[in-house]
Amino acid sequence: MDIHEYQAKEILANFGVHSPPGALAYSPEQAAYRARELGGDRWVVKAQVHAGGRGKAGGVKVCDSDAEIQSTCESLFGRKLVTHQTGPEGKGIYRVYVEAAVPIEREIYLGFVLDRTSQRVMIVASAEGGMEIEEISANRPDSIVRATVEPAVGLQDFQCRQIAFKLGMDPALTAPMVRTLQGCYRAFREHDATMVEINPLVVTGDNRILALDAKMTFDDNALFRHPQISELRDKSQEDPRESRAADRGLSYVGLEGNIGCIVNGAGLAMATMDTIKLAGGEPANFLDIGGGATPERVAKAFRLVMSDDNVQAVLVNIFAGINRCDWVAEGVVQALKEVQVDVPVVVRLAGTNVEEGQKILAKSGLPIIRATTLIEAAQRAVGAWQNDLSQGSNMRAVQ
Amino acid sequence: MSIFIDRGTRVIVQGITGKMARFHTADMIAYGTNVVGGVVPGKGGQTVEGVPVFDTVEDAVAATGAEASLVFVPPPFAADSIMEAADAGIKYCVCITDGIPAQDMIRVKRYMYRYPKDRRMVLTGPNCAGTISPGKALLGIMPGHIYLPGHVGIIGRSGTLGYEAAAQLKEHGIGISTSVGIGGDPINGSSFKDILEHFEADDETHVICMIGEIGGPQEAEAAAYIRDHVTKPVVAYVAGLTAPKGRTMGHAGAIISAFGESASEKVEILTAAGVTVAPHPAEIGDTIAKVMQKEAA
Repeated sequence: MDIHEYQAKEILANFGVHSPPGALAYSPEQAAYRARELGGDRWVVKAQVHAGGRGKAGGVKVCDSDAEIQSTCESLFGRKLVTHQTGPEGKGIYRVYVEAAVPIEREIYLGFVLDRTSQRVMIVASAEGGMEIEEISANRPDSIVRATVEPAVGLQDFQCRQIAFKLGMDPALTAPMVRTLQGCYRAFREHDATMVEINPLVVTGDNRILALDAKMTFDDNALFRHPQISELRDKSQEDPRESRAADRGLSYVGLEGNIGCIVNGAGLAMATMDTIKLAGGEPANFLDIGGGATPERVAKAFRLVMSDDNVQAVLVNIFAGINRCDWVAEGVVQALKEVQVDVPVVVRLAGTNVEEGQKILAKSGLPIIRATTLIEAAQRAVGAWQNDLSQGSNMRAVQ
Repeated sequence: MSIFIDRGTRVIVQGITGKMARFHTADMIAYGTNVVGGVVPGKGGQTVEGVPVFDTVEDAVAATGAEASLVFVPPPFAADSIMEAADAGIKYCVCITDGIPAQDMIRVKRYMYRYPKDRRMVLTGPNCAGTISPGKALLGIMPGHIYLPGHVGIIGRSGTLGYEAAAQLKEHGIGISTSVGIGGDPINGSSFKDILEHFEADDETHVICMIGEIGGPQEAEAAAYIRDHVTKPVVAYVAGLTAPKGRTMGHAGAIISAFGESASEKVEILTAAGVTVAPHPAEIGDTIAKVMQKEAA
């Protein structure tokens, strides 16, 4: 789960990681008022969206007056910000953060990640702050400093000092840098984060270390023990279909194609998407309905997939292990009676009791296109979609 | 014997009184697995599916001589249960539980390294379907009837995609020595490479099939290991050629976040290491059949 910059800064502040003074606003007037409260004569107005690359996309602006803050905010609020991380649909701006501008001496990149190779928490730092880490590793890989944390004893001060010296920091800043790194690590550990990224971490003209930006991502599997983090979830930043799916315990990712997929198991769901592509189609979504494909779950899945207007055919691929095919087939039949599905539906069942399952589908009298293998299912789904297109939508089977 | 489990392997089920665990315990016993007990704190003395329940893994091992364990414990307590098994002298542990916090798994892995290699438990999973040596023993939740006994060793992240591969092999009349699910989580007990080592040393395994997916470094690590150390033919498939970057595809670990983590890059790396890659998931069985014919010729 992602949170906003201002929320990440609040959390980090509790662990002794400092940021410039700032305040949140929900309207242009409030933003100007907040700036006056903060004082000073130069502010940074930052669109709060769950994505990186905001600066380049025009979501971060330096302002020198009330009027400028107001006009900047008027152009931001309600708009969708499109960055390289949001996809073409962008993310809505409903909050801005107003921060006092600070004089910057140097910019450092600082990231804490779960490193899958060492299977430990890894610190990644670079003296080339301000650039995205992808750019740094492409252009200045030699500037990257890494350290892994031994989980039994945690991050050690000597590791922090090593990082500070490798980044070429002023020795007078070693102690505050150690505090900053330790603070980030504790925030990461105690809140079950999967990522903490401060880019840039700056050294100011008066030799302070401040987080100018902050991003935190949390482990969804650990939210059960962090209710205060769960509360920070902002559904306005999520794909509405994905939020709906998550609320129903389904795992859904919306894509650009037009063949809807309903599959049990994440690996098989990806394999099904790949096979659709191979057969000449494009998947409309990733959807894993989980191991137990109960009739209720299948019905929920159909509703979800059909809520995407681009869907012109649906492929159901269930490999029944413990959940038997006859049971899954009954679920499909029930779902098709309950949910308005006006596009061709291809069903492939495999595994336990497959013959009984096929019989149930055949006897239902519903215009279900049946398939026995994965490739056949994909070809029939793509074929049905193309056929449907050429014949016009009035030929669609309506239940 | 086959890797990890055999006909006589004494198995306990941690969390055996849960509905899922009970169901699968009965299924495993019906398959012929030697389930000797279960563990649920505070429920010692009960009997479930005809086997005794113990309060601790230590008690269960002392009373039954259990060597392997299957963990069905809910996510908040699963990591603790795995460490308990490691401490009690269990040799092989499969964790089915989906949803264990990643930092808990970091602690589990660190904890297991307290033990010298000869006493260190092997963990597969979490978030996997389990391990099966067809005709011998089943330690997991997979449908046993889709696996024929034979000589292909399967390693996969995904449960149902592993079933798909086993079913395709069955169509060809090809059997399996052992199928191991390593699970879909970012921090897992054993990697592809760890299991490859076992299959390379296993007389019953002649061909190895690796079913990977997007995300993480483990396929690339396996490729390097295969190139340098594996003499047996390896066939692979990598799911997620159509997956977009930066999005988690169901499995917590299935996210393309770095160079070399996309399906096409993994296919390239595996091919360069001499692995035969099935072009699409419907051809896993065909590809293995062809490789086996070539080996026989």
